Order: sequence, then structure tokens, then C-alpha cells
Amino acid sequence: MGLTLNHFLVLGALLFCIGLYGALAKRNAIAVLMGIEIMLNAVNITMVGFSFFNHVKPYSTFLTGQIFAIFIITVAAAEAAVALAMIIAIYRRRSTVDVGEIDMMKW
Amino acid sequence: MDLATLIFWIIAFVLVGSALVVVIQRNIVHSALALILVFAMASGIYLLLNAEFIAIVQILIYAGAVAVLILFALMLTRTSNIQVNSNPNGKLWWLALPICTLVAVGIIFATTVSPYATTATTNLVGYGDKAACALPPNNVAYIGELLYSPTCYSYVLPFEIASVVLLVAIMGAIVIGRED
Repeated sequence: MGLTLNHFLVLGALLFCIGLYGALAKRNAIAVLMGIEIMLNAVNITMVGFSFFNHVKPYSTFLTGQIFAIFIITVAAAEAAVALAMIIAIYRRRSTVDVGEIDMMKW
Repeated sequence: MDLATLIFWIIAFVLVGSALVVVIQRNIVHSALALILVFAMASGIYLLLNAEFIAIVQILIYAGAVAVLILFALMLTRTSNIQVNSNPNGKLWWLALPICTLVAVGIIFATTVSPYATTATTNLVGYGDKAACALPPNNVAYIGELLYSPTCYSYVLPFEIASVVLLVAIMGAIVIGRED
């Protein structure tokens, strides 16, 4: 038996849920960001897997999955830069990166 | 079991294991280092899928830039007990566990055993091969052709919009992160 699309889909699903757990359960804001990065990577693996096993004509010719993954990587890099700048700015004012204590906008 | 399957299983085990280390580890510097391993192994998966360009970009951007960015942020937001418990769980972490398990079971069910799982596909009518140029020799040249080509079908407009997104994000990061 060789590799099938399901191998990559299940791998992507497992990684996505590990990242989801990291994003939901952690108190450190940087750990939440790490979870989100793992989730984006899982989606990229799924996209590239679809692109490899895809034989529908226009989409396989134009490598839609791989192009989509490139744009996800672009947006993820931008998101990481902005989020870390926000975390550092919050740390400078409040001396904490605990997402449970950053509740200024809560009412 | 052929070689590609063997390599896939090795990479998949290291990938899931190091992702679990990222989530479980109590010292956040260790989980950041495990995150670099996750990124590197993901690029191995891309190589298995014949996506050389994305594998290289993954190493450059994720394992290089994003990992350094995260380590710098860890350095700048120093907590007192970084060795013992710098990566604590929230109060409701036990609630996150069944939620994530349910999501995993749902996705795996939907993609493998459900009657709506992906099956063999047929060619769509409409714009087919003729809209594309001759196939470039390798994956990198192919993606370059698809992103930049002025004559063939290409993703020039989304590419330019992505560059605007990057510019806005860089300027926003500078404005947010600077000293008052």
C-alpha cells in the first residue's frame, strides 16, 4: 500500500487539534500564538496534500493548493509579527503576558 | 511498504510528537525549540508531496524568521519562573481537551469514513489545459510562472494584494511595538 490522501488529511487533523488545544488551554500569550502557528501548518499540509493528489484539470494545472499554501504562509508571517508586537507592547505596560490577566476590555 | 511510506511514518511520528511537546512542556523555551522541529518536519512532508518551493519557504520563513521572532519575544517578555512553570495551563484546560478530541474525531470521520469523503474526481469542463503555458521543468519554475507570468494564467493580482498585506502588517507592527 502506498501513500494516499487520507494519510495527509489525518496527519493534518491531528496537528490541527494539537494546535487548537495549545491555543485554548494555555495562559501564556506566546504559547497561544505557537498553537495558532501549528494550526496554520496543519492547514498547509492539508492544502499541499490536496494539490498533490488532485487531478481535476484546471486546479491541478494551476497548482491551486500550493498557491493557497503560499498565501497562508504570507498571512501567517504577517500575523506573527503583529501579534508579537502587541504582546511586547502589552508586556511593557502591564508586565504580564498572561491572557487571563489582560482583561481591560472586559465588562 | 515502500520507502516514501516509511519516510512519511517517521516524519509523521516526529511531527505529532514534537507538536505534543510544544503543548505539554512546562518550560516555554523548550516548547519554542520543539516548535522549530515541528516546522522542519512539516517541510519534510512538503518534500514528500513534490512541493519543493513550499518546503524551502517553510524552512526560510517558519524555521528561520518566525522561530527567531518567537524566541526574541520570549526574551523580551521575561517571566520570573521561566524554568519551572512559564507555560501554565489555564483554569479550563480540562474543557479544552474533550473539545479538541471531538474536533479531531469529527475531521477524521468527515475525511475518511463518512459518505461525503473525498473520492476520485473527474475533469471539469471550462478552461482547461489551453489557458496555461507549457509546463516549466520543475516546481519552483512552475510556481514562479504561475505567480508572475504576464501572458499566461497567473496569480499576479492576489500576489500584489499579499504584498500590500505584508506592508501594512510591518508598519502596524512597528507602530504598535515602538516606545511611546
